[in-house]
Amino acid sequence: MAATSQVSRVIRGRRFGQILVPAMTCQNSSRPPGPCINATQPHSFEQRWQHQVRGYRTSPVWHTHYLTPPQVNSILKANEYSFKVPEFDGKNLSSVMGFDSNQLPANAPIEDRRSAATCLQTRGMLYGVFDGHAGCACAQALTERLFYYIAISLLPHETLMELEDAVENGRPLQPILQWHKHPNDYFSKEASQLYFSSLRTYWQELLDLSVPGEQPDVAEALVSAFKRLDNDISLEAQVGDPNAFLHYLVLRVAFSGATACVAHIDGNELHIANTGDCRAVLGVQEPDGSFSALTLTNDHNAQNESEMKRVLSEHPLSEAKSVVKQDRLLGLLMPFRAFGDVKFKWSIELQHRVLESGPDQLHENEHAKFIPPNYHTPPYLTAEPEVTRHHLRPQDRFLVLGSDGLWETLHRQEVVRIVGEHLTGVHQQQPVSVGGYKVTLGQMQGLLQERKARISSTFEDQNAATHLIRHAVGNNEFGMVDHERLSKMLSLPEELARMYRDDITIIIVQFNPHVIGGQ
Amino acid sequence: MHSGGCSVRALAPVLLPRWLCVPGARPARLRGSMRFLSTDSASVALPARARVVICGGGIVGTSVAYHLVKLGWTEVVLLEQGRLGAGTTRFCAGIVSVAKPLSVESKMADYSNALYERLEEETGVKTGFVRTGSLCLAQNQDRFLSLKRLASRLKVLGVSCNIIKPKDVARLHPLVNIHDLVGALHLPGDSVVSAPDVNHALAVASAAHGVQIYEHTSVNHVVVKKGHVKAVETDRGSIECEYFVNCAGQWAYELGQSSEVKVSVPLHGCEHFYLLTKPLSEPLQNDSPVLIDMDGRIYARAWHGGILSGGFEKNPKPIFTEGRNQLEIQNMQEDWDHFEPMLSALLRRMPGLESCEIQQLVNCPESFTPDMRCLMGETPGIYGYFVLAGMNSSGLSFAGGAGKYLAEWITYGYPSTSVWHLDIKRFGNLQSSRTFLRHRVMEVMPLLYELKVPRWDFQTGRQLRTSPLYDRLDTQGARWMEKHGFERAKYFVPAGKDLLALDQSKTFYKPDWFDIVGAEVKCCKEAVCVIDMSSFTKFELTSAGDQALDLLQRLCANDLDVPVGHIVHTGMLNQRGGYENDCSVVRISKNSFFIISPTDQQVHCWSWIKKHMPSDPQLHLEDVSWKYTALNLIGPRAMDVLSELSYVSMTPEHFPSLFCKEMSVGYANGIRVMSMTHTGEPGFMLYIPIEYALHVYNEVMSVGQKYGIRNAGYYALRSLRIEKFFAFWGQDLDSFTTPLECGREFRVKFDKDTDFLGRDALLRQRVEGVTRRFVMLILEDHDTELDVWPWWGEPIYRNGELVGVTTSSAYSYTLQRHVCLGFLSSTNTDGSPAAVTADFINRGDYEVDIAGQKFPAKAKLYPFSSLFTQQKRRKDDMELSNFQSK
Repeated sequence: MAATSQVSRVIRGRRFGQILVPAMTCQNSSRPPGPCINATQPHSFEQRWQHQVRGYRTSPVWHTHYLTPPQVNSILKANEYSFKVPEFDGKNLSSVMGFDSNQLPANAPIEDRRSAATCLQTRGMLYGVFDGHAGCACAQALTERLFYYIAISLLPHETLMELEDAVENGRPLQPILQWHKHPNDYFSKEASQLYFSSLRTYWQELLDLSVPGEQPDVAEALVSAFKRLDNDISLEAQVGDPNAFLHYLVLRVAFSGATACVAHIDGNELHIANTGDCRAVLGVQEPDGSFSALTLTNDHNAQNESEMKRVLSEHPLSEAKSVVKQDRLLGLLMPFRAFGDVKFKWSIELQHRVLESGPDQLHENEHAKFIPPNYHTPPYLTAEPEVTRHHLRPQDRFLVLGSDGLWETLHRQEVVRIVGEHLTGVHQQQPVSVGGYKVTLGQMQGLLQERKARISSTFEDQNAATHLIRHAVGNNEFGMVDHERLSKMLSLPEELARMYRDDITIIIVQFNPHVIGGQ
Repeated sequence: MHSGGCSVRALAPVLLPRWLCVPGARPARLRGSMRFLSTDSASVALPARARVVICGGGIVGTSVAYHLVKLGWTEVVLLEQGRLGAGTTRFCAGIVSVAKPLSVESKMADYSNALYERLEEETGVKTGFVRTGSLCLAQNQDRFLSLKRLASRLKVLGVSCNIIKPKDVARLHPLVNIHDLVGALHLPGDSVVSAPDVNHALAVASAAHGVQIYEHTSVNHVVVKKGHVKAVETDRGSIECEYFVNCAGQWAYELGQSSEVKVSVPLHGCEHFYLLTKPLSEPLQNDSPVLIDMDGRIYARAWHGGILSGGFEKNPKPIFTEGRNQLEIQNMQEDWDHFEPMLSALLRRMPGLESCEIQQLVNCPESFTPDMRCLMGETPGIYGYFVLAGMNSSGLSFAGGAGKYLAEWITYGYPSTSVWHLDIKRFGNLQSSRTFLRHRVMEVMPLLYELKVPRWDFQTGRQLRTSPLYDRLDTQGARWMEKHGFERAKYFVPAGKDLLALDQSKTFYKPDWFDIVGAEVKCCKEAVCVIDMSSFTKFELTSAGDQALDLLQRLCANDLDVPVGHIVHTGMLNQRGGYENDCSVVRISKNSFFIISPTDQQVHCWSWIKKHMPSDPQLHLEDVSWKYTALNLIGPRAMDVLSELSYVSMTPEHFPSLFCKEMSVGYANGIRVMSMTHTGEPGFMLYIPIEYALHVYNEVMSVGQKYGIRNAGYYALRSLRIEKFFAFWGQDLDSFTTPLECGREFRVKFDKDTDFLGRDALLRQRVEGVTRRFVMLILEDHDTELDVWPWWGEPIYRNGELVGVTTSSAYSYTLQRHVCLGFLSSTNTDGSPAAVTADFINRGDYEVDIAGQKFPAKAKLYPFSSLFTQQKRRKDDMELSNFQSK
């Protein structure tokens, strides 16, 4: 049956979850280790999965129930967000024209987060995608906090002084960031006071370290902000909070994890700070009008040789076999760098102490109690980002930030092609020109018909990120969106969706070639 | 685009300065008189005055100049803003084809063809003329039928053409895939030329005869004094002149608007694309026939061993809506994605071209008009301001003939044939909105190659002028057509009945509304119907003294000196005795008249009356079309309805025929009630001030209910008037038809005191006898269900010989036959026209050729008297009384 084979193809082609938790479930299972042993969820999930597979095969409902195109669109567009940089005098003076972002959940609730903001005290815009694992708490904390840490790190001494002075004297603070948020992107109110006091401590330290008149270096600021935030997350969990709810929250943040990929764009200067396996790819338009991909980040996982070397070098030779197993850190974690995940950072004693003093809810959390095997020389994990600097050129048309859910399904070259053609609009994208080439009528007809087919799929989406998700989920083997497939993928029940695809989060920043070319 | 530039030059070698540099290249006989004034130096001054100034050095402008000097004009100046032929002419595909929708257009194309052929010999300029012939292909039976209709029409014009089978197509053009063809029309006389070279040749010939040509000279505006052209202001000074001809092509609209008194030239540009290929591996012969595959929306001709192929797509791209300058047209972008459907159609038609290499895609804007016909003639309101533009992509085919007609127009006051369908006066200011034009041309351009069936209506630019009853009628199922921007109901679809979708209703056979209209006709005959006829053109002519009467006595052939309240049907004739207008005039008071003319006469009739009106402040003409809603109550019970609403007896004894009274209808007072209809049925016309329209309509409908009243539309009207042999101006009558030719001598009062326009011509004709006669033909042996319906333009044969053409036709529900109206003419043995007598008409066997099939017909000079219900009723009454007395 075509549908079934398609489904099984999807399963085999995917790896699930970034964390491998209790192997117990796998041991209970009599099946040989196959793709599904990587399931993140406890065993009940596993059973449900098997059950559902059976149901899927027999129940005709699955074959007949298709979402209509408008239903598909409403699912795809539920989280889409667009921002156009405002124009002055009919001219956009910023190097960024605007951005499109969107996310499609596979986990319930979604564990990915995204952020976008304009720095108000300095120039530049910040974009970030955060891929959470073992829950969404850590990713949520990042989306609320990381940009403040970065913005603070970028402030010159004088501005920090003003900030501190304002807080000291109870004057209102100058806003630091202007957020560009989708209504679904919430901020938690409960922790804001706690977060703020940590932030204030950070800028007070920065005040002590900085010298008046000195401009912070962007790359250094990014590294410092990343490390500092991860440190604060860790500290807050160790200290705890008298408020039980908050106490539980900071523990959840610390025990869950998240990777982050953040772009800072100021004029022609683009910095990417990456921790983990999200990815930033630049869409470069070639002279012939086609698009090529320029990857600006390195994935921090087992596929990256230098990361492998780094991890191995940080631990004694005796652990060489156990540090990375089955391409996972300690046989469990896929990304080699991440925020939170104190289970890979704290000593066993610290973990026990914190857990024992923690609120009761924590004890029911198997994941938290579980200590990774072969855990000898922590920390095994760091949040320190790798920073890439890129000087934007006129041919650099857009930047795609995506969580690994995107990059697993589409090759970066394909991503860049789809976005490029969507943004330029195939019709106004380089009109076909024969120029001096030898083109036959037959060749031209083929080309035109292909372009026509592409146009019709482009027109559905205003938002480039939505368009990309449509391709990521619905592409058939010919690289065309197949509505039937799209409908099937989107109508999977919550508990099944994770087996077929990961959360997908995308931010596409479009550059302003007039400004970039003019500078 | 770079390599493209070269190829266009190959196609369009318009390099005017060359003429100046190497005059020796021209034949000696032209050399002495050459007066080409390329003004690159700008040193040559313009003449201070001229008789005619032509603006536009494209093929149309040069053709007008050429024909003017042929008719003996001197002091003709031609101005061109850029270089000669640098506009649309430069990119013209170069096909001259007589396959055009109107006979007059085919005639122009036929003339152009002959002209271009002899031009090379006349001027020595190579024009690239090749008589290739052309093939119009049919992919379906309907298309084939339309080609057959075209063929029978062309035969009337004496153009040779053959309906051929697909395998003959393959023989004539081996590259053509014939598998999906049902047949084709072969026009062996069609040709291809190089349009810029023809343009060049016409310029050379004109210059040789004294036309002064100035390039790089733009017309800023035209100076008008007292309604006459006085001078032309250019960027290089002004030229005094008597006549101005606007041949500015794409820029004609703009130029018209820039005039002191604005001239509306309703045309709009659309991009038009064609493809040029490199030579085929086995180069295509130069004389390969032109292919026109209308179902595939493409044409193709041989070009330098390769193919030139373009088309008229479904989704045209209108341009220059905001008005642009000349530079734009040189810089049009190719758009391959837009061309894809046409490329696919081409490859389907000629699969062998797949491996053929592309040379270039040319984007050549063309201008289109709101009804797909060109704009020709003197503009209303400004004497001496002529226009020839809006060629709808047939500029090359029309230029020769159109130039000739326009030159005749300027010289003699009118062309040698009726060109009403091309006359710019068919449009007015109301068609000049840019938005309207933009929307309408997007429908017109695809229509060029669409199947044109009887009774199609434009779908865009609608609901501009409507009656106050529009919504009421619409909710009652009215289906609408448009005339001169006015919405008119065709028929009313009863509740619960569905008609076919517009696309599917296209047919040459029995239409889907047949029974609906039949029911409306029946109701008109037996009970009473209401037809909203508000679209009619209505003028009021008033004066302090006798001036109004004097003017009308001069303009009208009938006697207008009638008692107040009388209605007179009359023609307004020209010097030839031909109808300029056919109208009904009501004497409202001693010195005021109400003139009712056909809808599309609004501009033409106005300008005709104005032209002959003395400038007397006491004489006043007003267009009151918008002030009145006209309702026609038609049928034997109309008088009952009206008398019930007005408490006045409406019987013929109290309200004789052709009378007008102001009376009350319902609560509304001051309604002009006229005892006349436009169909010959008994009934009344109600001219209602618009604010009363809804009230009167509601009253009429509610009172009429017990008499079986219902709405009727124009299709019922049409069937009624044709079966009664009523001729309509614009369809049956034109400015070359005299009252004597259409049996209306009784409406001509030769003995009235005033010497009316056309009297001499009519007197002469009365002595000499008419050489053509309006007749009614009743089709025999025509199966309404299965046979193709007549439309108009069908040839009429008498004893196997072509004697005329039909002008309109309708199914008569009373006779249960098709009735065609048309003109017959006769020739002596030497070919000269002979008098057509009643005897000639009665003693002949007639056939009407519908799409190649000949149907026998009975010709009649007079209508069936039995069709007039009033008389019939009287007869019925008599029989009934006889019966009772027995």
